[in-house]
Amino acid sequence: MNSASCAAKISTQPFSLNPTSPASHDRPLVSPKPASLFLGSTRKLRLSSSSKLNLHRRSGTVVAVSDVVKQKKSKSTHSLLITKEEGLELYEDMILGRAFEDMCAQMYYRGKMFGFVHLYNGQEAVSTGFIKLLKQQDSVVSTYRDHVHALSKGVPARAVMSELFGKTTGCCRGQGGSMHMFSREHNLLGGFAFIGEGIPVATGAAFTSKYKREVLKEADCDHVTLAFFGDGTCNNGQFFECLNMAALWKLRIVFVVENNLWAIGMSHLRATSDPQIYKKGPAFGMPGIHVDGMDVLKVREVAKEAIGRARRGEGPTLVECETYRFRGHSLADPDELRDPAEKAHYAARDPITALKKYLIENSLASEADLKAIDKKIDEVVEDAVEFADESPVPSQSQLLENVFADPKGFGIGPDGRYRCEDPKFTEGTAHV
Amino acid sequence: MAAIFQGVGAAAALSSSPSNSFDSKKFVSSPLRKGASFAVVRSDGRVNLNPKGRRAQQLISNAVATKSDSAAASSSSKPGHELLLFEALQEGLEEEMERDLRVCVMGEDVGHYGGSYKVTKGLAKKFGDLRVLDTPIAENSFSGMGIGAAMTGLRPVVEGMNMGFLLLAFNQISNNCGMLHYTSGGQFTIPIVIRGPGGVGRQLGAEHSQRLESYFQSIPGIQMVACSTPYNAKGLMKAAIRSENPVILFEHVLLYNLKERIPDEDYICNLEEAEMVRPGEHVTILTYSRMRYHVMQAAKTLVNKGYDPEVIDIRSLKPFDLYTIGNSVKKTHRVLIVEECMRTGGIGASLIAAITENFNDYLDAPIMCLSSQDVPTPYAGTLEEVTVVQPAQIVTAVEQLCQ
Repeated sequence: MNSASCAAKISTQPFSLNPTSPASHDRPLVSPKPASLFLGSTRKLRLSSSSKLNLHRRSGTVVAVSDVVKQKKSKSTHSLLITKEEGLELYEDMILGRAFEDMCAQMYYRGKMFGFVHLYNGQEAVSTGFIKLLKQQDSVVSTYRDHVHALSKGVPARAVMSELFGKTTGCCRGQGGSMHMFSREHNLLGGFAFIGEGIPVATGAAFTSKYKREVLKEADCDHVTLAFFGDGTCNNGQFFECLNMAALWKLRIVFVVENNLWAIGMSHLRATSDPQIYKKGPAFGMPGIHVDGMDVLKVREVAKEAIGRARRGEGPTLVECETYRFRGHSLADPDELRDPAEKAHYAARDPITALKKYLIENSLASEADLKAIDKKIDEVVEDAVEFADESPVPSQSQLLENVFADPKGFGIGPDGRYRCEDPKFTEGTAHV
Repeated sequence: MAAIFQGVGAAAALSSSPSNSFDSKKFVSSPLRKGASFAVVRSDGRVNLNPKGRRAQQLISNAVATKSDSAAASSSSKPGHELLLFEALQEGLEEEMERDLRVCVMGEDVGHYGGSYKVTKGLAKKFGDLRVLDTPIAENSFSGMGIGAAMTGLRPVVEGMNMGFLLLAFNQISNNCGMLHYTSGGQFTIPIVIRGPGGVGRQLGAEHSQRLESYFQSIPGIQMVACSTPYNAKGLMKAAIRSENPVILFEHVLLYNLKERIPDEDYICNLEEAEMVRPGEHVTILTYSRMRYHVMQAAKTLVNKGYDPEVIDIRSLKPFDLYTIGNSVKKTHRVLIVEECMRTGGIGASLIAAITENFNDYLDAPIMCLSSQDVPTPYAGTLEEVTVVQPAQIVTAVEQLCQ
């Protein structure tokens, strides 16, 4: 690779463009020159293929997914990883995620939504690969990049789009916005603006699962929680504190790191002393797995393992998905720091293209099948926009609702009545 | 100091005749009401019931007068039991944990150690290690864990070993605890109780002597209450646990060993109401937590000097009970706030704003506020003493106010 003399180039191009081996999508990464200008890890990010770890050792195991897939394939070279139905389900979910996010961008530039909007383009394999394995009662906790997690979990596109438009029909009545998608029905516990702050919440949900089983005696309660977060979050205290607690109490949780190499403009290598995040799992007593996050089938295989482990009560897992966001951090990010070559590299590994290729090559679906899905999703997204457009904006009467679950929390006014009993309260104009 | 506290407690517990005077909106509140129409604590320690001549009028109820709780009024038939404040908190917690299996405790050393102030003593043995969870030292994360558990159906009580440690949990308390119900459009409730001891102790040093009520008061979506007697400690603990809102319960390091006789029957204290400690005519003194005792001590001196202060323990730090406070202001026309918060941006500052906004016409003099000095609490005892408000200052202030 270019032995660039300029520090900026070094820090932003920590990988090689050598073609990857066909069986795995390991990203061979060459360590940058340890120039004094480079303030990042000088460690190689190449996965040592000499990790001859036994797949069945469960605790403290660091597993390279190429081993997982290789093992499975060698057992039955002719069986496929998915059925036709599963394949189409995965494809549809990823297309929904992509189409929805593209529409968000359009709507944003047309002034239908405002603020900070973070799009998920390119990372669909992680959301689809994991969330499609969950039951309705399982919980998902996300970050501000949560639209697609919400869609994968089952929140209707209409509800998400309305929320983005700030309408009352949004999943949070228009009160949350892009970064705060919640759904009680689908057990989506947010949507958090500050990185890391969702991880303890996810740990709490997993704690409830254990509590229900052991204290409330709901013997069949095996609800699993997935916590999604990025590479930047993995340097945050809450991440480590929760890894500790989850492993300590064997909580039913999977920590899914969506490592897209960038925290806004901060390269993962410039921020992290040891950039191999999956290795941090065993430090806390849980397996750490690294998987190619651009390949939905690989993600799904690892997810099955991790979720299964959690469901059986064997404890948490840390899964690092190597992925990439095709767009900037948010719609306000000019995305000037990332090297076009890096972007091109990952664009060539578009998870949707990869799955499409797999489905067709293995005769699981025809072009026509897939086109039909494309069309269907286009209609779903168009319908979502129409619905959101036509939905009403919240009136002022909504202002004071939902601040407290029990509105007596606003207190007693000078006239002796509770503030919430004031008729103006329901108009949203009461003095609270 | 303990003797004085016990003295005040004993006086407060005196009850000879049932009275409906102080009945609050729905619930039984101060023990003072159960007994004599009023009791004046004299400087010589004697308690004078019904001093002749000075005050002929009946005591007003401190909140909306509704149906009286006759069961509580005839409590002279139930002698109650005596206990210390930390035991009252423990009793409240234990009763709620028995009543509802979803109630659980999380915090450092709450389980096997029994709590650093013994509030959770014995609970782990009784309810198990999962219901009384010993957490690692990770306030932000275990507070967040409590919030996640609350969202998914449990009713956790999170203990900060010292309130000051909860500064580390500010992220979770502000963003998630306070705001999540709203940002989720009302989908998730957070019936969590966050509690712990705060305030200036005895030479604990600056970092262990913090008053977090001023930092938390702006967070939308939370309620804050401060307990000051065994009676209201148990009542507020139970009410907080039963509330669907997130409640922060402030205890005080120096008040855990207060003794009082409390009823045997189940009772709670209304989270939004203030407590009338001593009715009076000349001046309204608003206070809470430990300063209540400094105020009552000053009250003894003031009564001797011929003043008749009305003392209200505001109890609800957020929201303020403007009805009780307002009625008092309308009666006395003079307000003195005595608090342990810092002068800048404290509860007193907010209270002054609220009173001025609502009752300015009723004031005969500017509101006085005695707060702690804007100084990190020094270790040296002599200096520490001067950072908090002492009874002598309260006496002087009242004299000034009533000129």
